[in-house]
Amino acid sequence: MSEFLQQLLNGLSLGAIYALIALGYTMVYGVLRFINFAHSDVFMVGAYLGYYLGKLVPPGTLWGGLFVLFAAMIGCAGLGMLIERLAYRPLRGAATLNVLITAIGVSLLLEYSGQRFFGAAPRVFPPIFPERNFQLGALIISTNQLVVIGVAVLLMLGLQFIVYRTKIGTAMRAVSQNPKAAQLVGVNNDVVISFTFGLGSALAAAGGILYALNYPSIDPLMGVMPGLKAFVAAVLGGIGNIPGAALGGLILGTVETFIGGSQWSTYKDAIAFAILIIILLFRPAGLLGRFTAEKV
Amino acid sequence: MLHVADLSVAYGAISALAGISFTIESGAIVTLIGGNGAGKTTTLRTLSGLLRPSTGKITFLGEEITATQPHQIVARGLSHVPEGRMIFANLTVEENLAMGAYLQTDATLNAKNRAYVFSIFPRLQERLQQTAGTLSGGEQQMLAIGRALMSNPKFLMLDEPSLGIAPRLITTIFEKIVEINRERGITILLVEQNAHLALEVSRYAYVLETGRIVMQGPSHQLRHDPLLKATYLGG
Repeated sequence: MSEFLQQLLNGLSLGAIYALIALGYTMVYGVLRFINFAHSDVFMVGAYLGYYLGKLVPPGTLWGGLFVLFAAMIGCAGLGMLIERLAYRPLRGAATLNVLITAIGVSLLLEYSGQRFFGAAPRVFPPIFPERNFQLGALIISTNQLVVIGVAVLLMLGLQFIVYRTKIGTAMRAVSQNPKAAQLVGVNNDVVISFTFGLGSALAAAGGILYALNYPSIDPLMGVMPGLKAFVAAVLGGIGNIPGAALGGLILGTVETFIGGSQWSTYKDAIAFAILIIILLFRPAGLLGRFTAEKV
Repeated sequence: MLHVADLSVAYGAISALAGISFTIESGAIVTLIGGNGAGKTTTLRTLSGLLRPSTGKITFLGEEITATQPHQIVARGLSHVPEGRMIFANLTVEENLAMGAYLQTDATLNAKNRAYVFSIFPRLQERLQQTAGTLSGGEQQMLAIGRALMSNPKFLMLDEPSLGIAPRLITTIFEKIVEINRERGITILLVEQNAHLALEVSRYAYVLETGRIVMQGPSHQLRHDPLLKATYLGG
């Protein structure tokens, strides 16, 4: 029983990270109907920003950790908006395939620029948050897990607030449903799309830092696998659906951790993708997604 | 109020509008009638900035808006209720109306416009928290008009407001359109396939055929025009 709880805790903290990344995929898909493959590399840049900023603050303090986290989020929000402005905006109105290929190009550009500027060798991520383990019965809870779950929950609540309670959030949903109608009520779609990229990229940066706290070896290709998993999570929950992305991330992280702790541990990635295939066979729109027939 | 000169629009190689010119005076209800593919919707979409003309000039309130972005055109007081209503189906009625007032920061003005929308369409107030996609066709049309009114327009363009709604609601909606024009002094450009109805409520009419204006005149005269009767009014 205690092993079950321990694995559940580990799984939820990994799932929370997947969820943070998945939210960016799903939000961008919502407003532009394409998969931003460069998203997983923004996640990597977030981890590197954390690495460099982490050297500026005293290690192992809560305020220092939070400072690094927020600064990296702001930095990546800027990067995401820049990518959208330079790479995707000129392709507005072009075929989706062109945008997809561009996204792969941006992804490769970031990965190999990363190797050029950060070096290809893995680096050790500094312990920016205080590190301690608590014993709760047979359960061992690390401060990193608390930070991961706490930060992820707060960010998701914040996102929920922005998307459902603010004017720009309502505009995001409006653009996602009908970009033309949004323009006709006076929304500048470019501003909303830019904001969406900023928001998604900030969450990816937070994901990058939280991931690096748990797996403290970072390299310029570190985004590939978690990015793919988060993409799976977004599709699993229903691409374009925000609560779906969060749910998909949590499910995937938990399942992966449980399988990782079992005798089939070497198959954990294969099983994660098998789950995707099975769910899509029965619910092609994802768990919370639904096909919307346009009403004329 | 609105002046269009020699406007041409093409979709790729296919010409949709071939140099149309017209003027709409402030305070009027003007209608644009014509069959399928005549270019009515294209005209409205070009006026609201969704489409770019290949030639021609659009002047609104004395300023040229030919190359202005759609959201800036709304800001100048030209609002478009598009064909097929295009309400935000997953948003609530309340959120749809709030989106209509997206550019309006004056809270008292918003409250006033909201109260006006509810006074002409009380149904919307009853369904405020309902998801807009679950409304009936007629209610969605009311919402689309209400949403446009929230932007505090001086000029309102309506594309086929009678399309796909129950006959008894069509009468209501047309009564409200006349009321909006009379009580709020909002100039209206009405696009309709139902030429009878359009000529009844409007003051002046243009007849569009394959991208050209083939006939124009005061609506009460066009109603009795033998040629128009044969083509659009069913004899």
